[in-house]
Amino acid sequence: MSNLIAWIIRAIPFGTIIMYGAMGEILTEKSGNLNLGVPGIMYLGGFAGFASAFYYENNAASPNGAICILLSLVCCVAASMLGGLIYSFLTISLRANQNVTGLALTTFGMGIANFFGVFILNGKSYTAAPLANSAYARKIPFLSGLGAVGQTVFGYGFLVYAAIVLAVVLHIFLNSTRVGLNLRAVGENPATADAAGISVTKYKYLATCIGAGISGIGGMYYVLDYNSGIWATTGQIEALGWLAVALVIFTTWRPLNAIWGAYLFGVLYWLYQFLPSLMGFTVASYVTDLIQMVPYVVTIAVLIVSSLHKKKENQPPAHLGLAYFREER
Amino acid sequence: MSNSQIKEPLMRVVKRDGARMREKVAARAAAILLALVLDALFIFFVTGQNPISVYGVMFQETFGTKSRCSWAMRDLVSLLCIGIALAPAFKMKFWNVGAEGQVLMGGLVTALIMVYFGNRLPMPVLFLVMLLTSVAIGAVWGLIPAFFKAKWKTNETLFTLMMNYVATSFVACAVNIMRGQASSLGKLNMGNRAGWFPSVFGQRYNINIIVVIILTFVMYFYLKYTKHGYEISVVGESENTARYAGINVAKVIMRTMAISGAISGLCGFLIVCGRDQTISTTTAGGNGFTAIIVAWLAKFNTFYMALIAFLLVFLQKGAAEIASAYGLNDYAASIITGIILFCILGSEFFINYKVIFRTGKGGKTA
Repeated sequence: MSNLIAWIIRAIPFGTIIMYGAMGEILTEKSGNLNLGVPGIMYLGGFAGFASAFYYENNAASPNGAICILLSLVCCVAASMLGGLIYSFLTISLRANQNVTGLALTTFGMGIANFFGVFILNGKSYTAAPLANSAYARKIPFLSGLGAVGQTVFGYGFLVYAAIVLAVVLHIFLNSTRVGLNLRAVGENPATADAAGISVTKYKYLATCIGAGISGIGGMYYVLDYNSGIWATTGQIEALGWLAVALVIFTTWRPLNAIWGAYLFGVLYWLYQFLPSLMGFTVASYVTDLIQMVPYVVTIAVLIVSSLHKKKENQPPAHLGLAYFREER
Repeated sequence: MSNSQIKEPLMRVVKRDGARMREKVAARAAAILLALVLDALFIFFVTGQNPISVYGVMFQETFGTKSRCSWAMRDLVSLLCIGIALAPAFKMKFWNVGAEGQVLMGGLVTALIMVYFGNRLPMPVLFLVMLLTSVAIGAVWGLIPAFFKAKWKTNETLFTLMMNYVATSFVACAVNIMRGQASSLGKLNMGNRAGWFPSVFGQRYNINIIVVIILTFVMYFYLKYTKHGYEISVVGESENTARYAGINVAKVIMRTMAISGAISGLCGFLIVCGRDQTISTTTAGGNGFTAIIVAWLAKFNTFYMALIAFLLVFLQKGAAEIASAYGLNDYAASIITGIILFCILGSEFFINYKVIFRTGKGGKTA
């Protein structure tokens, strides 16, 4: 039982990281932009959030948790949106190839974060922002003390719950508002949307930049909450970013599916550690290496199955990955 | 009539019908120049040194001595080889972002055979077995997504991306078994060097370099002058046209991806036998992704690929060198690479389109 609880409390925060990444990417892809720069954007967001919190903590006379949260959140979203803006300018205005631009953005974002991260590390192998971490990881008072349910349902920082709210908001936005409908039209058939008087460029820019902002929060959540507010030079965020891209496919581009999909990915990711002890047997460490491929294999299976069924509502946006030029037909 | 004026936008974009060579070169040169200026600003900002002399140091440190030059060539051919592998797939508009995994699988079987058969097989047979199996596994790794793409139009970008992580997982598992209790794998067959490429013409990496140079020529001719190459470009331009012309699209997709994967697998073989003499999850080292950019920017011309790979390797190695010289870190290379890629990607626009500004005459003639 305690093992199961430990598994859930690992899986849900893990899922939250990639849920932010995936929700941002869903919004972006709904506009027809396949942004493979998600890992880079998560790096930018994670680093900007950490750096701002770190400097605030160490330079303010009496640092305050709420201001720390506000400041790091603003910096994180701003940095991620800047990353999204580079991508948007190149792919939307200059019509550069989306896959290649996204991959270049991943290289660039990872470089920026780890390069400037070293100045903060200042020779150490890691640095921490304890105040920001305690502010972000603060559990719901009282409710989180209610036994197993309290631990597994109420025992997380506020960003976990914000992610769920955001998923619901995105769902309503995409399915029940005019702007959301317009956005989907842009992703499915920009020429038709254009003819209907929708500004394709504006929608694509906004969806991509706001999507990048949301994805970036995932990176910040990883650093300031999941990783206990510790910044170190790692390639970990990159793997998480690709997992977020995988999750977008897994959810078949629906934000509500991202909620349970993300937690399922979290459970699958930690499978290698908790399943053997839960079932009461030990496995060799090389088997755990193999188990780590499970989330990716599951994603491939979903990809294949959804292409076999050809159900219209499970397909990627029809114009995904293609640039739009009005005079082309 | 002044009140019936047609509103003319400040600027509009029209498509070019194939830019002339001079314009293409000018756009590319301007992009690289802009990137070098931006990178110089970045270098000046973080080091406070004169950027031009820093570029000089970079060149000196990358190509200055014979052994440095051979390291640079070694890295260049690794990148170029994957670029060559990707060229046919990309020309067909098949987004193979799984080269990383295909290289890893090729490297993995090479390493396994090296370890478990290194002492039993005579050298030529050993090399032949390693070559064939690595090519075969790479081809299989490329064929799986191609099969689903050809049959059911499964999205290949995402499929091949996921295959990378499956491959990484296999490599991690195999490395774990091979190293046993040791903390890391180290060089394979350290004692008798079975399965290591010998030095040719006095240089350790010459076999890799020669093989990749041959591949550069072969792939250029394959794409440009063979029936297969023609079919690939027709499928890439329009699947419907290809079908109408009687080309078996599914067959071309699967055949081309098998070739693409096979060359990636071969690259894994070259890296393990000729460069690393070991295997790890970072054997491909992100080159599978960088090569995508190389292949795309070169528009599938393998000789342009060599040029772009040269530029990238120079920047990466040079940045690593100045990073250590000025107490910075290797990630400076990623930033510099990112900037140059953004600039070159942006310059494509000026080759394919042209911008027309408002002349002020539009309204009067209407």
